[in-house]
Amino acid sequence: MKSFFRKFLCHKFSVAILAATFVLSLAQTSFAADPNIFNRLMKAKEEKNLPPVRDGIHDPEGEGASLLQPPKEAFSNMVKGKAGNYVDWVKSLKEGKINPRYDRLDPNAKPIIMDLNIVREVKGSMPDVVYPHAQHTEWLDCSNCHPAIFIPQKGANQISMASILLGQKCGVCHGKVAFPITAKTCRVCHSKPKAKKVKHKKSAKK
Amino acid sequence: MTAYIYKIRMGGIGSLLLILLLVLFGVGNISPVHAEYGDLVLNENAEAEGMPPVIFPHWFHRIRFRCKVCHADLGFKFKAGGSGIDMLKIIDGQYCGACHNGEIAWSVENCNLCHSGKDGLRTHVHGSTLNKLIVPVKDKSKNKKAK
Repeated sequence: MKSFFRKFLCHKFSVAILAATFVLSLAQTSFAADPNIFNRLMKAKEEKNLPPVRDGIHDPEGEGASLLQPPKEAFSNMVKGKAGNYVDWVKSLKEGKINPRYDRLDPNAKPIIMDLNIVREVKGSMPDVVYPHAQHTEWLDCSNCHPAIFIPQKGANQISMASILLGQKCGVCHGKVAFPITAKTCRVCHSKPKAKKVKHKKSAKK
Repeated sequence: MTAYIYKIRMGGIGSLLLILLLVLFGVGNISPVHAEYGDLVLNENAEAEGMPPVIFPHWFHRIRFRCKVCHADLGFKFKAGGSGIDMLKIIDGQYCGACHNGEIAWSVENCNLCHSGKDGLRTHVHGSTLNKLIVPVKDKSKNKKAK
């Protein structure tokens, strides 16, 4: 009887050890496998466009979370983007994937487009900024920006990346709702290469 | 006697197993917030008045309306919680109530569709650069006190 008891315990013990080694091996593979692994400091890719039940801000047990539309479903036909909602809103609008109203009541109201590019020369090594009024007037009214955020006069607006990142100037929208400021989106604005070589030649002649 | 030792060891291994399992699967599944870029959490008055915070999905509305409709025509400010909206204004047809009146969009009787946030969320724009760069002062002071 005693030996049976002991055998039973031994059996349980060995099962426990097996399970422990299995879990430990799992732990090792996930934590401290190879000191020279690839992408040691690279963050894992975030899950994109999660449904309200799993997004972390909706109460998963609430009525809203189950009834509200998952963003993935809405974005399925739209042009993909690199940051933010991972949707290219401007292209999606241009290609007619979405047709947002310009007037609350009139579905046929058309925007007044102003096609004027503003080039802003940039101090550092980054390409100059081209600001296209066209894409902005598709969505916005003049009064949204002028004169409160941008004084409509050449040279009257001082803009810096710091102020943008802190939510001023372009940062009133970009970094909140319009495409965010990430390494993948720098070149969307900084898009006009500087004429550096010409300047060098001139200074050399002098 | 040996059986007794085994029992103790098993207890130890069992708890170890439990901890390991928790670390591997439990903690791994506690997901950070993955809400949509531009989602607004509005909790200026909601919780103080006994309702869950409001979640406003910018993306959903952007598909249907251009920015200008709300931010120029309806007077929404470019600041989360900055328009001073309350239910009375909405019922009177201002702000959200300009559309959420049962004619252009579902009416305000669907409380839970807006008031759908988790308890305790503060007013902010989810995924905003400002949010990522700046740590709220209150939290910092709490940490210092704790230390």
